[in-house]
Amino acid sequence: MFINVDQNLPRDISGCGISGFINTNGRRSSGRVCVDSICMMRDRGNGLGAGFAVYGAYPEFKDYYAIHIIYQDVKAKEETEEYLSTKLSIVQRAGIPTKKTKAIPARPLFFVYFGKPRAQSDVAEIDEFREDQEDEFIVRLVMKINKNIDGAYVISSGKNLAVFKGIGFPEDIAEMFMIDEYKGYCWIAHNRYPTNTPGWWGGAHPFSVLDWSVVHNGEISSYGINKRYLEMFKYNLNLKTDTEVIAYLLDLLVRKHGLPLKDTALAFAPPFWSQIEKMSEERKKKIERIRRVYGSAMLNGPFAILVGFKGGLMGLNDRIKLRPLVVGQKGDTTYMASEESAITGVAGNLDKIWSPNAGEPVIAKLKPAVAARLFGKSNKTVRV
Amino acid sequence: MKTIDAGKLYYKLLNEKIREAVDSGYRNITVNNVSGQYYIGDGIMQPVKIDINGIPGNDLGIFMNGPSIYVHGDAQDGIGNTMSGGKIVVEGNAGDVLGYSMRGGRIYVKGNAGYRTCIHMKSYKDDFPVVIIGGKTGEFAGEYMAGGVLIILDLLSKTNIYECNFIGAGMHGGMIIVRGKVNSDSLGKEVKVTSLLQDDLLQIKDYLFEYCQELNIDYNEVMKSRFTKIIPATTRPYKNLYINGFLH
Repeated sequence: MFINVDQNLPRDISGCGISGFINTNGRRSSGRVCVDSICMMRDRGNGLGAGFAVYGAYPEFKDYYAIHIIYQDVKAKEETEEYLSTKLSIVQRAGIPTKKTKAIPARPLFFVYFGKPRAQSDVAEIDEFREDQEDEFIVRLVMKINKNIDGAYVISSGKNLAVFKGIGFPEDIAEMFMIDEYKGYCWIAHNRYPTNTPGWWGGAHPFSVLDWSVVHNGEISSYGINKRYLEMFKYNLNLKTDTEVIAYLLDLLVRKHGLPLKDTALAFAPPFWSQIEKMSEERKKKIERIRRVYGSAMLNGPFAILVGFKGGLMGLNDRIKLRPLVVGQKGDTTYMASEESAITGVAGNLDKIWSPNAGEPVIAKLKPAVAARLFGKSNKTVRV
Repeated sequence: MKTIDAGKLYYKLLNEKIREAVDSGYRNITVNNVSGQYYIGDGIMQPVKIDINGIPGNDLGIFMNGPSIYVHGDAQDGIGNTMSGGKIVVEGNAGDVLGYSMRGGRIYVKGNAGYRTCIHMKSYKDDFPVVIIGGKTGEFAGEYMAGGVLIILDLLSKTNIYECNFIGAGMHGGMIIVRGKVNSDSLGKEVKVTSLLQDDLLQIKDYLFEYCQELNIDYNEVMKSRFTKIIPATTRPYKNLYINGFLH
């Protein structure tokens, strides 16, 4: 059931659909807007995957990692919980609320655990890790579960972030997880049309680790290169879908290597050498450096992605724009989607609407005061 | 005149309604509250006029041969995909791959168009597709183009130099006409710039006149400009791509 989804549904040839928005004042809105937007592009998917990521989902547990896990069976759950109990101090655990949905006859088990890393037997007992150590600890925990425990997959592991995804059309997944009832200041959504990897529960988008979440339309032809590169840094790729590399590359380049988000976008979608030739010396030098160091992090192939990160939302196209992306602005909310109608359909008239150029990241950030309120003054957001 | 409320109608139902209206003899059809429905005007052969209020979905006017479609706002990707005849007028901006494989008829856009405008556009005998863009296009304008004409007016330009990368990449037929100058580093490898001949101007001026009339633009002002003509450097740009001179 987990992997073996009926792949023989009638299909209209299409591409995936992506949609998302952020309110830069941190005002939370119900999932309805995001569901309506992605459902306006229903025909971009074929029922083999949909999902949502919501930032600001768990304000009452905002200081704890919210680990969302899907289990194939009770055995996987028991094994994982036993492992988790040695690694995390868990303050709250629960089954993720779901509703019976006609369109989704079979599904895995969904659980969420709110917790913090627990001091290990091989390390001196300490109350708190440094933040960066905590994050690293959680990433390794996620990798270990995904790799070692049969039938258990971590879907998200950020703070105040929830990811819900699975096999179905977006309206079905939204109904099953009762997405309407969640509130967030930033939402991203996906409607999947799998092309060269299976449609399965863990392979639906968004892909998420820590506070990163990614939805993607297109395909990453450089998957093999990116995967081998990530494996050198102890990331395990077990989710059978190309988009997984983007989430881990963001974590590696931004969190671990300290690259600003815009430079990471340059590594993902660098300009052609012929274009670099025409640039100013300073710019040329910078891009040449990024291309040299991060050649293995370049994403080849067509893509339009939305990236949710700690404190903001980014949209990015591949360097020759082989997939659509539209950005709209209305007051303090920035919308991004595959189609203009999916934005105007939920936001009405906009102050501004445009299509970003190939390889040009569009970044919307929470206002600094809002970020300080949400994350605390010492808790840094991502450097753009 | 027939008015159809698109509302949340699924695209198949909406297109059925439009066809029913055409079949019952309506020659003026207004579709309101359009919100992303695909394939509007798909395959319609009659010379009807369709007004669209709202944002039509991808592949507007696909395969059509006759209708005139007026979009009173923006439109999305794939406008005029493989269309054979008729006219599409967009008062706002258009998305990517406009005029994809188009083989006849006209597409007039007041604002900008996206990437790969007129990709694979072609002409055959009397069929001669014409696309006029009032603003700019994205990169790869006229990619793999085989026939017809793409005119880029860049009306809001302040520099008189049209900047856009990879114009005419892989182009092997037809022509691209740009208002203002084009630097050689804006061009794809397979095209060259030549001077616009009197004959070329004769060929396009009726279309430009119609464009200006449809979109309330000062025709005389436009015609005062200098134009640059871009044509393929060879009719077979990729003949050596795979066999590298083997047969030559």
